Amino acid sequence: MVNFAALIAALWIIPAVAIILMLALRRPHLAEYLNLLTSIAVFGLTLTILVAVPDKALVTGAQYILLTPLGAWVLFCVGLVYLLASIYAIGYMRLLPEEKPRLHKYYALQAGFALTMLIAPLMNNPGIFWIAIDFTTIVSAFLVGFEKEAECIEAAWKYLIVVSAGLALALLGIILFYWGGTFVLGPTYALTWANLREVAPKVPETLLFLSFLLTLVGFGTKVGLAPMHTWLPDAHSEGPAPVSAMLSGALLNIALLGIYRFLSIVDSGGYSLMGHTALLVLGVLSLFVAGMFIVRQDGAKRMLAYSSLEHMGVLAIGFGFGGPIAFAGAMYHMVNHSMNKSLMFFGAGNMMRAYDTKYMSKMRQVLRYYPVTGALWLLGAVAITGAPPFGLFLSELTILRGGILSPNPWAVWVMAILLILIFTAFMNHFRRMIWGPEPEPDEVPTLKLSLWNSLPMWLALIPVLVLGLWWPSGLWGFFQQAFMVQP
Amino acid sequence: MLIFHLGPLATSLFSLLAILALVFSFVMLASHWLKNHVYAFAAESWTIAAISASIGYYGHYPELYIIAALTALFRGTFLPYLVLRLVKRLDIRREFTPLLKPSSSMILGAALVIFSYEVSRQLGVALHLTDNIAVLALTCMFSLKLIGFLMMILRSEAISHILGLLVIENGIFLGSQILVPGMPALLELVIIFDLLTIVMAFGMLVRFLQTHAGTTSSRGLQKLVG
Repeated sequence: MVNFAALIAALWIIPAVAIILMLALRRPHLAEYLNLLTSIAVFGLTLTILVAVPDKALVTGAQYILLTPLGAWVLFCVGLVYLLASIYAIGYMRLLPEEKPRLHKYYALQAGFALTMLIAPLMNNPGIFWIAIDFTTIVSAFLVGFEKEAECIEAAWKYLIVVSAGLALALLGIILFYWGGTFVLGPTYALTWANLREVAPKVPETLLFLSFLLTLVGFGTKVGLAPMHTWLPDAHSEGPAPVSAMLSGALLNIALLGIYRFLSIVDSGGYSLMGHTALLVLGVLSLFVAGMFIVRQDGAKRMLAYSSLEHMGVLAIGFGFGGPIAFAGAMYHMVNHSMNKSLMFFGAGNMMRAYDTKYMSKMRQVLRYYPVTGALWLLGAVAITGAPPFGLFLSELTILRGGILSPNPWAVWVMAILLILIFTAFMNHFRRMIWGPEPEPDEVPTLKLSLWNSLPMWLALIPVLVLGLWWPSGLWGFFQQAFMVQP
Repeated sequence: MLIFHLGPLATSLFSLLAILALVFSFVMLASHWLKNHVYAFAAESWTIAAISASIGYYGHYPELYIIAALTALFRGTFLPYLVLRLVKRLDIRREFTPLLKPSSSMILGAALVIFSYEVSRQLGVALHLTDNIAVLALTCMFSLKLIGFLMMILRSEAISHILGLLVIENGIFLGSQILVPGMPALLELVIIFDLLTIVMAFGMLVRFLQTHAGTTSSRGLQKLVG
């Protein structure tokens, strides 16, 4: 029997100690290795927790900590992206010599961001979960604005204000959920996911729907589902590239986990169809908005930010379809997207530094000047649009398969058409970057990229390729088991 | 469900205080002087603290006295102080670019209150609520929420956005005190702390906005589009 309480305590204490050390010692080089070591330890711990996670919900830590298979999976995604981003951050931040005096602050913030994301998925109390999500917003807003240019600060400000306003709606929803429970359990009871699920069948339908819709819109703002997505392209494109990867690959999953948990409350209330359809509609809308903006996008990281919107749409559709097949597809998609989107942001960060621009129209002949990074980036683009033989192809196909059997088969067709549109748009952008005209003589890139810049791209691409060729049967069993357990 | 039976005196006291909090939000809506906003917000928070204390008294929830004291201390005193300091430091006295005149925004606010009342009444019918106080609490909660959003929409100064958000939070807090006074006190404490952190974060970012972006108005923040 694994001692989960100890593992989780270590998971939180290691980054906390690292942050204190970084801020106390104020040594840039030390901070980057300290952050790397922390991320390796965190990755190891999340992997251990994932491997050992029991096939039922585990409540520990004086009822405050909840460990479920889905939660452990999301936690593992956080550990994975944090590790990749920490390796990459060393290479990327060294390309910004002007930030060197503040580097220890950057790494402390990055570790702090990871810490808040390691806390949130484990919270057994929806209210505390909400607060943890709020803290992820505060810490990451400072990371988005870290470079202190006008655009970065603007993005950070919009991010903080839009997401806080959205989350306020979610808090209202949580209070109404609790209020609904007081009709059954009396005035005072513990606010936990399990309790809310237990009382749901006896809560009047109107109140249950109202509470769920408020939390859906609130946490939907954090996930970046359209039409509450307006902060997402700004925040994801203006922060340093490793931060963009963490925002996109790790944080969005956590907010989606929250939505799925609230959805499970509506499910146990017996109104499963309505809740799933609401999530599904937002997912389809996100996919549509993302498709439209990707077609005409020129900013490299902005395009990737809209691609995050697309993939959150796909995940929302997957969870919205319901049923074991679509659910397994969505979980598989989560980890594939985490790795692949990190890879894409790393490539974009490298190219932005190399060509000293954020616009794809200025990045020309990428493969000639950067054969390795460029090729990895191109392969990543093929993968992220859901083309075989990569993991995202399998997961999206599984979601589509699951959708055909769901009560909302229409969404399958819409999703398929929009995915094809996005594939075409993505490939068009990359075609211009690879086979486009020669760069102007004064715009020829001269930057040498180090191993720190390309290694994390390899580390992300290889698993995505392997997972595309081979879906481990153990993983399939794990997803089925996660589906059976209340999230 | 209200968990304790209320006498007529208590009912009128709660109603009076809840309505008072709503009136303060109209004061905020009607004035374009930032200082007045902050004072109205402080008064609203003290009113909510009074609600917490009186619910603690009538409903025998001793922990609500602590919540009331902390609400008065943090929401009613410390947060307004922080925002006032920010107003002074930025040297912005009033909102220069409101979308609507005060009178029109008040009419819009009134329409939102009516809408909130209708929603709450419907909810009350669906839940077979017998207490009018619950419907009133829901009305105030939704109204403050919508008025807060309205303030954020109609105004472009960063400080006004912070204050709009604080009004929204106040609304939720007011509603939760009346509807679910038995909610674990720990959660409310952490929410107060969370609010404090977020206002400090806002304060830092607003100062960055002024130094690095050269503006604190959302009209000036138009670099990122599409």
